[in-house]
Amino acid sequence: MATAADAQRDQRGEDDPYGASTQDTTGGRVFTVTGQDWDALVAGIAEGDGSDDRVVVNMGPQHPSTHGVLRLILELDGETVTEARCGIGYLHTGIEKNMEYRSWVQGVTFCTRMDYLSPFFNELTYCLGVERLLGIEDQIPEKAQVMRVLLNELNRISSHLVCIATGGMEIGALTVMTIGFRERELVLDLFELITGLRMNHAFIRPGGVAQGMPPGALDQIRDFVALMRKRLPEYAALCNANPIFKGRLEGVGYLDLAGCLALGMTGPVLRSTGYAWDLRKMQPYSGYEDYTFDVPTWDTCDAYGRFRIRLAEMEESLRIVEQCAARLDKLQDAPVMVADKKIAWPSRLAVGSDGVGNSLDHIKHIMGESMEALIHHFKLVTEGFRVPAGQAYVPVESPRGELGCHVVSDGGTRPYRAHFRDPSFTNLQATSVMSEGGQVADVIVAIASIDPVMGGVDR
Amino acid sequence: MSDVSGGRDTAGRRGTNDLSTSGIPDEATAAPGVPTRKEDLQHQVVGSREGMFGVRGSGDTSGYGGLVATVAMPSGSEPPYGGWFDEVARALSSGLAERGLPEAVEKVVVHRGEITFFIRRERLLEVARLLRDEESLRFELCLGVSGVHYPGETGRELHAVYHLLSMTHNRRIRLEVACPDADPHIQSVVPVYPTNDWHERETWDFFGIVFDGHPSLTRIEMPDDWPGHPQRKDYPLGGIPVEYKGATIPPPETRRTYN
Amino acid sequence: MGLEEKLPSGVLLTTVEGVAGYMRKASFWPATFGLACCAIEMMTSGGPRYDLARFGMEVFRASPRQADLMIVAGRVSQKMAPVLRQIYDQMAEPKWVLAMGVCASSGGMFNNYAIVQGVDHVVPVDMYLPGCPPRPEMLIDAILKLHDQVQHTKLGAHRSAEVIEHETAALNAVPTSEMKGLLR
Repeated sequence: MATAADAQRDQRGEDDPYGASTQDTTGGRVFTVTGQDWDALVAGIAEGDGSDDRVVVNMGPQHPSTHGVLRLILELDGETVTEARCGIGYLHTGIEKNMEYRSWVQGVTFCTRMDYLSPFFNELTYCLGVERLLGIEDQIPEKAQVMRVLLNELNRISSHLVCIATGGMEIGALTVMTIGFRERELVLDLFELITGLRMNHAFIRPGGVAQGMPPGALDQIRDFVALMRKRLPEYAALCNANPIFKGRLEGVGYLDLAGCLALGMTGPVLRSTGYAWDLRKMQPYSGYEDYTFDVPTWDTCDAYGRFRIRLAEMEESLRIVEQCAARLDKLQDAPVMVADKKIAWPSRLAVGSDGVGNSLDHIKHIMGESMEALIHHFKLVTEGFRVPAGQAYVPVESPRGELGCHVVSDGGTRPYRAHFRDPSFTNLQATSVMSEGGQVADVIVAIASIDPVMGGVDR
Repeated sequence: MSDVSGGRDTAGRRGTNDLSTSGIPDEATAAPGVPTRKEDLQHQVVGSREGMFGVRGSGDTSGYGGLVATVAMPSGSEPPYGGWFDEVARALSSGLAERGLPEAVEKVVVHRGEITFFIRRERLLEVARLLRDEESLRFELCLGVSGVHYPGETGRELHAVYHLLSMTHNRRIRLEVACPDADPHIQSVVPVYPTNDWHERETWDFFGIVFDGHPSLTRIEMPDDWPGHPQRKDYPLGGIPVEYKGATIPPPETRRTYN
Repeated sequence: MGLEEKLPSGVLLTTVEGVAGYMRKASFWPATFGLACCAIEMMTSGGPRYDLARFGMEVFRASPRQADLMIVAGRVSQKMAPVLRQIYDQMAEPKWVLAMGVCASSGGMFNNYAIVQGVDHVVPVDMYLPGCPPRPEMLIDAILKLHDQVQHTKLGAHRSAEVIEHETAALNAVPTSEMKGLLR
């Protein structure tokens, strides 16, 4: 903006303190801009030899469309992306190191906050690893297994709803966002009824689950399934044949089977290539082999296929939830924790006159009836159980792909090392492959179709 | 359980050696090229835990402060390992013998239905290539690198653990590579498994293991100029004391612990 | 129906501070600074069931230059702290900060090398909201308390006097760890 002050300053030969400064680097000229210096920038570029018309744009880490704190460094040639790189680590919390300073059960409260859209999956993979090391994998009671599957599938529904909702919001379809979050509230109500919390429940613990099913839960689950069966077709009706939706999603983020396997992609991205790899079918855990469900695939390898897969997976999850409810009907008073009292989490919470606390029956039992129970309760809550030395890796199929926890124990009361192989971390490596050569707007869609959750990426 | 954990019997609990169901090992099933030294059949001592309540120094007259518990990882196993483990071990060792690298596998551990191959770090890339390309092995997917720091295991402090998945055969194995603190170099498997790109960067970031041959080994989670490698055992947790009304609680790593 | 119907003779008397406070709080645009789990609860508060639009706040401005309120929702890592400060600096006065969740208020459960132990190390905070994550109703409660605060902000000389008063009170206050005798 050529003002009188600028003209005077030019006459005096002084440097404009707010002007764009330039530096010559090995990568070319770098302009540092602070605003109101467009003229200086344009003049500087015009001085160049014309081949430096690539602009490096930084998207994020604070940006509404980057799924959390993801920094995208894009090199643009007009509207085409010539290079795309991800900068991650803005949400690194040190969860894995923190778990080394807490007991095995307390580790569940940490790992549940990793991939915060699918907390039950984090808890389940960690607990399966711990149970394998303890050697109690086949002693987990049936009701606990069924509850784990129930909660996981409900979590899958809520996670896919967030993916579709935020994906829709990012391409401008705000209705998808409002209806997605409306349905998610129903799932969160179920979580609150069963576990007590809407998110970050530390419910799946080594040995089983923390509590049994509260009264009225099964009816609410059945009502929920019936309602979702009516609501899910709304998404299909709104998006599947929508020309704008298809125009934005078809052909975007293309990654074929060879590319997926080379980059280690799992989950809906891999299934969008047509390969039906789902750990629930191929390497079942927690009794998944007893449920009837299909694994949806699509064969276009693009963002549209991943969207259709997520919709179909929600339908399949509803089928599994129905089967879980039917099985839980017959397991009304079954135990939910392993029988070994030296491992089973002792307390039972209940709502009393002064809020939530240990159920009075449990307190009466440990204080009046059984000395062993008191000792067990005390030792388990303060010291925790000891896990034999060794390492284990038991992966689960999370909404984003294969989520596994490499648990190393040194025989003590705390994890020696708990490393999570998070699907979002691996899947994000495909951003470069999916975005380069495309347009800037397609980068957003491609990343949304990968569905990364930065808590899992950065841990 | 599915047949991924090939070494499991119906009771579901399999320890290290279980010769009772598989008979006497004979030459045909023994895996040549996977030496089982006598010392590998003992548990691998990787350190010790001293004291009971994390009490150090004087003041504790109970005697708990003098407790020493050795930490021993599961011992190496002798073939046959049970189930499809033998098939994989045989294919691996014959493939390595063909390529003239018979001593690449240091030790095999079968524990809780999972098999772990300890690989010499100079041979890691060739072993990985063999595991991926050989028809009977076909471990197409590598699920990343996990670093572990055992400060008590002098000469082999830093371990890098790779989990491999064969989708063709529906199997899982684990590779473990050790390197000393003084020379923390391991070959990068990115030429064979490109998916390990970021995983190796993360392991460098958190443990200081330098992966030779990695295209761009830089910090990925911590800020670029962060000193130190946070997930090593000698790096502090870094907590601060927390002030409450009427009390100050020390950070987690200085509190009383149960060893 | 509206305010003007209730006024006697159609005249409303108020103070400049009252009007300014009312204007500021009634359309209080948040900047998107969702980091982790709290961000999801923040998004659901903008969703249909817990509707933030009834407070005029459903437009989460992506650009901090157009925002009044920064809701720091989630854990702030060491790598993110300079970014947080830069976004705060880019907001125009008057601006407020709401630390949502325990991780933003005090570091939360993550008392370690990677997390800033409370965003008040980086930006001045007007409202702390504990919870892990806080329910949307809790977030709305915090926002309404912040609205009260905004409504009653003083201007000009009154503000300077208030600032001096708060400072002297803070300098003479009992440190938190010295507040004994509270356990019954």
